[in-house]
Amino acid sequence: MVTVAPYRATRALAARRRRTAWLFLLPMLAILAVVAGWPLFRTASFAFTDAFLPELDSARWVGFENFAFALKDPGWWRAVLNTFVFTALSVSLELVLGLVIALALNRRFRGRGPLRAIVLIPWAVPTVVSAQMWRWMYNDIYGVVNDLLLRLGLIDGPVAWLAGGETAMAAIVITDVWKATPFVALLLLAGLQTVPAQLYEAARVDGVGPVRTFLHITLPLLRPAIAVALIFRTLDALRVFDLVYVMTSNAWATATMSVYARQQLVDFQDVGYGSAISMLVFVVVGVVSVAYVAGLRPGFAVRQR
Amino acid sequence: MKTAVKKAVWRIAFALLIAAIAVFALAPVYWAVVTSLETGSDLFTVDYLPRGPVWSNYVAVFERQAFGRNILNSVLVAGGTVALSMAVALIAAYALSRIEFRGRLLLLFTVLSVSMFPQVAILSGLFELIATLGLYNSLPGLGLSYMIFTLPFMVWVLVAFMRELPREIEEAAIADGAGPWTIVTRIFLPLMMPAMATSGLLAFIIAWNEFLFALTFTLTNEARTVPVAIALITGASPYELPWGRIMAASVIVTAPVVLLALLFQRRIVAGLTAGAVRG
Repeated sequence: MVTVAPYRATRALAARRRRTAWLFLLPMLAILAVVAGWPLFRTASFAFTDAFLPELDSARWVGFENFAFALKDPGWWRAVLNTFVFTALSVSLELVLGLVIALALNRRFRGRGPLRAIVLIPWAVPTVVSAQMWRWMYNDIYGVVNDLLLRLGLIDGPVAWLAGGETAMAAIVITDVWKATPFVALLLLAGLQTVPAQLYEAARVDGVGPVRTFLHITLPLLRPAIAVALIFRTLDALRVFDLVYVMTSNAWATATMSVYARQQLVDFQDVGYGSAISMLVFVVVGVVSVAYVAGLRPGFAVRQR
Repeated sequence: MKTAVKKAVWRIAFALLIAAIAVFALAPVYWAVVTSLETGSDLFTVDYLPRGPVWSNYVAVFERQAFGRNILNSVLVAGGTVALSMAVALIAAYALSRIEFRGRLLLLFTVLSVSMFPQVAILSGLFELIATLGLYNSLPGLGLSYMIFTLPFMVWVLVAFMRELPREIEEAAIADGAGPWTIVTRIFLPLMMPAMATSGLLAFIIAWNEFLFALTFTLTNEARTVPVAIALITGASPYELPWGRIMAASVIVTAPVVLLALLFQRRIVAGLTAGAVRG
């Protein structure tokens, strides 16, 4: 009797706390249902209709027609290609540069504090602003990029960077690298600071060189941080919109999946087909995230502080 | 002797690397500032220092268009969204981090996946919703759509912080018969203030920078937020972009964000690594 009463009391308390939990979750669940769940369901429904703006009500059910059309749509496939080229280039550059910056910032040197602050600046610049800033620097006639390269004798005449297909993609990648590398660097720096100093000490005592120390101590211990950075940057790059849209609008050579979907939806007012494209983007991003999480098992192990 | 030379070379190389990083990070911002201080034909010659700085672009931004209004819109939308997200996220994070119940992990996973949603995946459904509610081209409509990323993000970060707090801090309160509401507002809210400030600031920056929804769900310049206004600044003809004005507007909206980021540097890094959000 003496032991049962507290037991019952704890059970009752646990049950009450569970009810509290759901009550406290209710506002969040309601909001997410309205702003995420319902719109996702409606977009999925539109994808199987021939809905057009502004007369959404007159939409007819067309089955998989939109998806079948997308499979034969060179514009869509070009957007997929563009997106994957952009993602592969920008994410790998950001990881390498981010790692270099993180390793540099992890050393003690005069001016480390200011450099840390400086590195954070591109991250704080709004994406649209960085797109405009770089667009102006790439300007074919008045741009500083051409001026510098001409002065250095690296090009013979001004280049219209954003007009050509390949140069435009390269220009956009560089802008993204500028903007997103700080995030990667700070994430990796946080990971580096969890590596115990004794490990480096021990390696030095044993006469292990810097390259081997990096390959066998730093990199393995940094793996979780690298995995998290890789996942977040990849997912961001796959859905990129603002940078591409501001710098090259809907241009064929650089339009990404998100840009193409919005063009169908808003510019062509083709809600049915645009929604189908949107769902395809959703599926592509979903498949990549599942593959990443399964393959890398990040465990979200990066610790703050 | 040999090691001394090696050391010197290494130090110089390291200094060069540091300088390169700093130049790469700062040069575009510097260039925007220089451009914003030039007008007329000066814009069309590449000057590495502004010649005779002029402020007319900064004046023109406010006189020739509704940029003041755009800034107000951005502040209202981002501020409102973050305030609402904070309140909702705090109690949700308490439930998700401190209470054991079935379905908790599934919910956490759902929250995380919503924050990774490609925004474009819900564009048409959200457009229909906003139009049906009569909120097209309005600030509440935009604020509503922003909840989709501010809310999951704040929940995720607050859960990460709240999980770290020791069990004991609640146990005494529970023993004293304090209800959950009292526990959250009297015990966790004060303890969570730094985390709330950090995640709130980050969510504010994300909302302040948002472009796709703002571009799609607004129509007139009076309803536009800052990023859309800057993306759509046009001059006398579509072929002649007023770069001086664009850069002045860019500097105006970037300065406060950069200032905030520098002031709260350490916090931001902690918040970013806790939530590992998009940049």
